[in-house]
Amino acid sequence: MSLKGKAAAIGIGELKPVKEPGDLTALGLMARVAAEAIADAGLEKKDIDGFLVGVPFSDPGMIYPASAAEVLGLNVRMLNQVDIGGASPAGMIWRAAAAIDAGMCNAVLCIVADLNKVGDQRPPVISVQREFEAPYGNIGANCGYAMIAHRHMHEYGTTARQMAKVAVDQRTSALKNPLATFNDKALTIDDVLNSRMIVDPLHLYEIVSPVSGGAAIIVASPELAKRAKNPPIWLLGAGEYANHSTITYAPSITESPIKPAAAAAFKMAGLQPKDMDIACPYDCYTITVIVTLEDAGFCKKGQGGPFVMEHDLTYAGDFPCNTHGGQLSFGQAGLAGGMSHVTEAIRQLMGRGGERQVKGAALGYVNGNGGIMSEQSSLVLERRS
Amino acid sequence: MSEYYKPLPKPSPTSRPFWEAARRHELTLQRCGACRAFIYYPRDRCPKCFSDKLAWERVSGRGKVYSFTVVRRASSRAFSDAPYVLAIVELAEGPRMTSNIVASPEDVRVEMPVEVCFDDVTPDHTLVKFKPA
Repeated sequence: MSLKGKAAAIGIGELKPVKEPGDLTALGLMARVAAEAIADAGLEKKDIDGFLVGVPFSDPGMIYPASAAEVLGLNVRMLNQVDIGGASPAGMIWRAAAAIDAGMCNAVLCIVADLNKVGDQRPPVISVQREFEAPYGNIGANCGYAMIAHRHMHEYGTTARQMAKVAVDQRTSALKNPLATFNDKALTIDDVLNSRMIVDPLHLYEIVSPVSGGAAIIVASPELAKRAKNPPIWLLGAGEYANHSTITYAPSITESPIKPAAAAAFKMAGLQPKDMDIACPYDCYTITVIVTLEDAGFCKKGQGGPFVMEHDLTYAGDFPCNTHGGQLSFGQAGLAGGMSHVTEAIRQLMGRGGERQVKGAALGYVNGNGGIMSEQSSLVLERRS
Repeated sequence: MSEYYKPLPKPSPTSRPFWEAARRHELTLQRCGACRAFIYYPRDRCPKCFSDKLAWERVSGRGKVYSFTVVRRASSRAFSDAPYVLAIVELAEGPRMTSNIVASPEDVRVEMPVEVCFDDVTPDHTLVKFKPA
């Protein structure tokens, strides 16, 4: 069994994130991106017969998918929520393809939207995390990634300048992305290192900024894809893995479950990291990109720091990486932050990258990352010539 | 004393012996009778071999800092008294624990040896923390 070539992304919708949600609602944002994605695919709402949704933190609820589908006025043959954190959007793509391949539906709307602003992080709701993490102040994601970064520096000699380079190159690409939250000013490594230290060794500019927004992707059957308005972007490979939730209990905090997830995705695709024209690794923090490039096999373990220094990660560079600016420059609208990597890969492969288009991009790697390097969902995508 | 406003552990039937020992200023872990692994946090079955033959043992309280961060700006208002040192402590017996290092942030290093200490944060709650050994 394989999902190789069994479904394709044919339409995307994505909002420019905003810093202050104002009168927006998560369901309202979903309606906007759903309309945009359906129109982009050249479909009508009645053509959508599958629905995968991420539950917004700002408007949570159980038995959520039918409620959201009702608001959108959808009649669907398959519906579910995907609840694997930031990996949810990437995870939706292969789940949609699997449902299509199983004959359950033909056109799946994958959608996420949320309202967010800088403020108080609520204590965890999972009982074991309330009991064994929150009392010590292990609340939110910052602490876990900071501890990953410290250990990575200790084991491999990774430096603060190497981590900062990720934010700098991604910002250079963001300057060409009208949808990015931070697209008005270039960054230097010194700018990053002079920004406020939040959780040692991570500075403010190495940490995603919470914003409000949404995104949607239409995944379609081969029959629909062949008639699509846009060049279909085929799913060639997918892999998923998790071995912990809280980073303390991971077998290693510097070697992530991205390794088996990416290996499975490349195996299904019959391709290798070096075959990729673009990479879109989840980047909640700078260290996340370094660990992902290592564990997905773009460089040797421990060499992520030197790798990002030796390569130009911008859209014009020799290793185009997160050409939308990454979430570090795009902003993190809850789960929609994770979808920005998938939409950017699709956009680039469709040839719709505008001023930041990577010439001749035909193959792309995407990784979705949930929690503290917990849930991992890797994709290999292709535009066929 | 001032009112303690940070999150407090609510013991479950599974974890109650751990917190009761902490109130006596003892660090205890579950140990699997089948595969002999020490376990943290408390479980109903061994997460390695899935045996339910688990018993509590008092352990050395020694360990090292596997990794740490100095939280300068906390994500939660309850920890607005930052900075504080959050760490993953690797116990001599094997398991890793999330805890705090009671030390000046400048003095904490990865792999630094530490030993357990107990913080009686309320009359009913004792947190298990570590200090440089």
